[in-house]
Amino acid sequence: MPYAPATADDLRHMLATIGVDAVDDLFADIPPDLRIGRELDLPLGIPEPELLARARAFADETIDLSRAISFLGVGSYDHYVPAAVRAVVSRSEFATAYTPYQPELSQGTLQTIFEFQSSIAALAGLPVSNASLYDGATAVAEATYLAEQTTGRSELVVLGTVAPQVRAVLHTYAGAYGMTMHVVDHDPETGLVDPAKVAAVLGDDTAAVVVQQPNAFGLLEDAPRLVADADAAGAVPVVSADPLSLGVLEAPGAYGAGVVVGDGQPLGLAPTAGGPTFGFMAAQQQFLRRMPGRIVGETVDSDGTRGYVLTLQTREQHIRREKATSNICTNQALCALAGLVYLSWLGPQGIRELGATQFERAAATRARLLDVPGVTAGPGGSGAPVFREFLVELPVDAAKVVERTAQDGVLAGWPAAAGWSTLGNGALLVAATEQRSDDDIERLASTLERAIAEEGR
Amino acid sequence: MTPPRPTNLPATAPDSETTTSSAATEHVVPAGIHPASEPTIFERSRPGRRSSRLVHDVDVDAALAGVPAALRRDDAPPLPEVAEPTLMRHFVRLSQRNHSIDSGFYPLGSCTMKYNPKVHDEIAAMPAFARLHPLAPPSVTQGLLGMLHELQHAIGELSGLPAVTLQPAAGAHGEFTGLLLMRAFHQERVARGEVESEPLAVLVPDTAHGTNPATVRMAGMRTVSIPTDARGGMDLDAVRAACAEHDVAGLMLTNPNTLGLLDERIREIAAAVHEVGGLLYYDGANLNAIMGKVRPGDMGFDIVHVNVHKTLSTPHGGGGPGAGPVAVAERLAHLLPLPRIVQHPDGHYDVVDHIDGSIGSVSRFFGNVGILVRAWAYVVTHGRDGLRRASELAVVNANYLMELIRDVLPPAFDRSCMHEFVVSAGDVKARTGIRALDIAKRIMDHGYHPPTMYFPILVDEALMIEPTETETRETLEAFAAAIRSVIAEAESDPQTVITAPHTTLVRRMDEARSARQPILVDPYVSERLPAAT
Repeated sequence: MPYAPATADDLRHMLATIGVDAVDDLFADIPPDLRIGRELDLPLGIPEPELLARARAFADETIDLSRAISFLGVGSYDHYVPAAVRAVVSRSEFATAYTPYQPELSQGTLQTIFEFQSSIAALAGLPVSNASLYDGATAVAEATYLAEQTTGRSELVVLGTVAPQVRAVLHTYAGAYGMTMHVVDHDPETGLVDPAKVAAVLGDDTAAVVVQQPNAFGLLEDAPRLVADADAAGAVPVVSADPLSLGVLEAPGAYGAGVVVGDGQPLGLAPTAGGPTFGFMAAQQQFLRRMPGRIVGETVDSDGTRGYVLTLQTREQHIRREKATSNICTNQALCALAGLVYLSWLGPQGIRELGATQFERAAATRARLLDVPGVTAGPGGSGAPVFREFLVELPVDAAKVVERTAQDGVLAGWPAAAGWSTLGNGALLVAATEQRSDDDIERLASTLERAIAEEGR
Repeated sequence: MTPPRPTNLPATAPDSETTTSSAATEHVVPAGIHPASEPTIFERSRPGRRSSRLVHDVDVDAALAGVPAALRRDDAPPLPEVAEPTLMRHFVRLSQRNHSIDSGFYPLGSCTMKYNPKVHDEIAAMPAFARLHPLAPPSVTQGLLGMLHELQHAIGELSGLPAVTLQPAAGAHGEFTGLLLMRAFHQERVARGEVESEPLAVLVPDTAHGTNPATVRMAGMRTVSIPTDARGGMDLDAVRAACAEHDVAGLMLTNPNTLGLLDERIREIAAAVHEVGGLLYYDGANLNAIMGKVRPGDMGFDIVHVNVHKTLSTPHGGGGPGAGPVAVAERLAHLLPLPRIVQHPDGHYDVVDHIDGSIGSVSRFFGNVGILVRAWAYVVTHGRDGLRRASELAVVNANYLMELIRDVLPPAFDRSCMHEFVVSAGDVKARTGIRALDIAKRIMDHGYHPPTMYFPILVDEALMIEPTETETRETLEAFAAAIRSVIAEAESDPQTVITAPHTTLVRRMDEARSARQPILVDPYVSERLPAAT
């Protein structure tokens, strides 16, 4: 029996002490006709080396980013993960601890959460933050739940340039707690949402306005204006920010965002087929007691020694039950720790350099792709600054081209028509991180050129 | 006698880098900080320091040339400035200020703190899983899809409910997903004209975890609380009465329940709810008791979530990441969230982004794949024989431990338990004034993490204990001896118990102060925040 140490002797002794003859006597409460009455339809257990062999067999049937050059993004990016990040999060003192309910035995986890909250506050430019949420999409949803509970209003205005996967999750959540969602489409020329169009739909019942900055096309919305207009209408301005951009782009707190959320995957987490990552949330002071999830605060013990505890728990489900600010309990603590270590490793100068590099790599990749015959610039044109990601138009079906280049070990991007009905099937969303060299870009261009030619035949 | 110092905590010898030294005044411990404290990473920050570089020198201004000035950040964010050696020492020291399953016994009721096999971490770290992009074409992700499909089948078989989504990121997220499925089911009934309006009442036992009612609210539904009967089960008459009185959409229940008891009248409860068109939701928090013995689907449940970080032994991570897959009856399959992993008749796997009736997406991609891979490994290593055995041994361990302490801490209900049990320190308190909280704090001085306290609420001075199957008999006996010594001490030397813990790095914390004057962000950051416009 793997991992369970009881021997036959142990078992005999324990059953005798309990006062039963057989293990099954302990299951006597289960009505006989409800018992499964057969073995589970699963194979027998296997030894550890065989498990690894089975895992490797599955592994051989995937082409991961160590065996391909990736220009795929859409919320999951191929950034470099410093070795120190893995070294810290693989410490089993962190990995195998539970939620820090007992502060005397959990100061390590509690202090890292406090430092994580501080780092997120530093990026967002806002005074309070929580211990993390599931991912960037549910973080947006939780922000709108906060807005609904705070304002008592039931309408949601969402920019169409919010990533499609995030909009999909938001749609599911908002429908559940009875909010109506208005999506304001982008201008096909600029790839941006016109603030005047957003202002036109703001009303007395608007609870929140959701802006993604940079937007899903890598372009920069007029976020300060959108935030100011939302605020003026009495709605909570919610900014979903790429954390890696916040070394070079203005802190949303500085231009009045009420709640800043986002996904932490770029901060030292491997893509892992989409998860786990972490969602983060920072907010203005006035929303503190409406925040979802765990929050850690500094305090002292009975000797006056500084320490940390879970605090403001009267917001939470285990105290407030149906009046809680959210149902969340478990969050993504170990991923948040990775984010903290990553940000500490990078430091203020490092995050500026890395943020600038995302602009530089995206511009270089776009310029090269526009030289490929038949490829034209997407919304925003060939000159607008783009953060890591941008749209181009292929003369053929992008989904088919992507399938072809994948077989050549190049993940060329994401066929964007799947995310926006306003885009044609030639639209390709391409992401270039600091990991993409000039040689990689050349290879993308040549592979794409060949695939387009083959597809056009 | 002084109990042994917990071995998982480091000696309090201060780090030379942080002690007061006349030569290096910048390293003085900040005022008010006990030398045993680890400074924050921000307190370790010194201008100009950094770790290794991630990119070559870059001309930041040139790269940002086209960005409007109003959108640019002029000052770098106030992140810490530390070199990598300082960073590693800081985080390693913090790791040593934790109790963890790898360093000690963790009998937290309802949390299923079992051992996390190390080989799982190795598999999860394989590039094929860790470095896979979620939107890579299915033609290059067949291996992952195949593995996840196998896990879906295993969860379907374990739960007796064949249609499975792996998307929810945690148990509470699974609950939310499950209630949305419940709503979608009833909305279809309304559309078909079977009922006039959508029923929105959800029956929840008063012993339920707080997430249940919180989720009901978030899902736009309404909680009707059901009392517990003398046997510790759901009051059947109250269920029937509620079904007659309310627009019942369904019932949420964990069985065995939060008292560690199996509700043997589940059939009657299921019948009462099904009769009025409602669905039964199974909170899988306590699945560790029943694998291969009885299945929620066979008990009459329609929807179940599985906490893989409990039952299928994925690491808790200090509070996540977890995963909360949801399994449902075939008639609800079309409602499951998107994307879905399916297998075509020719054997290859695919990702489906649209199914009529689906509730939509509850997270961005497939869910917490890095966790699901570990759950797959757990199921495959154990197989049908090992999974059943794990549950049997979890139940034996719980009953054995209950037996060893029942004369000093009596069980709340006098019957055999499942994988966990609840004892009451009510008598101890009446006799000595020592509360469950004090017992929990004093047990730390013996090197153990305390049990869950004050849950479920209906048991006076509750302590909820779940040893799991991965603990040895010796550990259970030593823990029982520690409990007995604390109870004896409650009579002989109550002051020592009331002021415990004595040997941990910090003592009882002033929690009221943390809420009254919240310090939630390091002053290093607060002082450098931009003034909002």
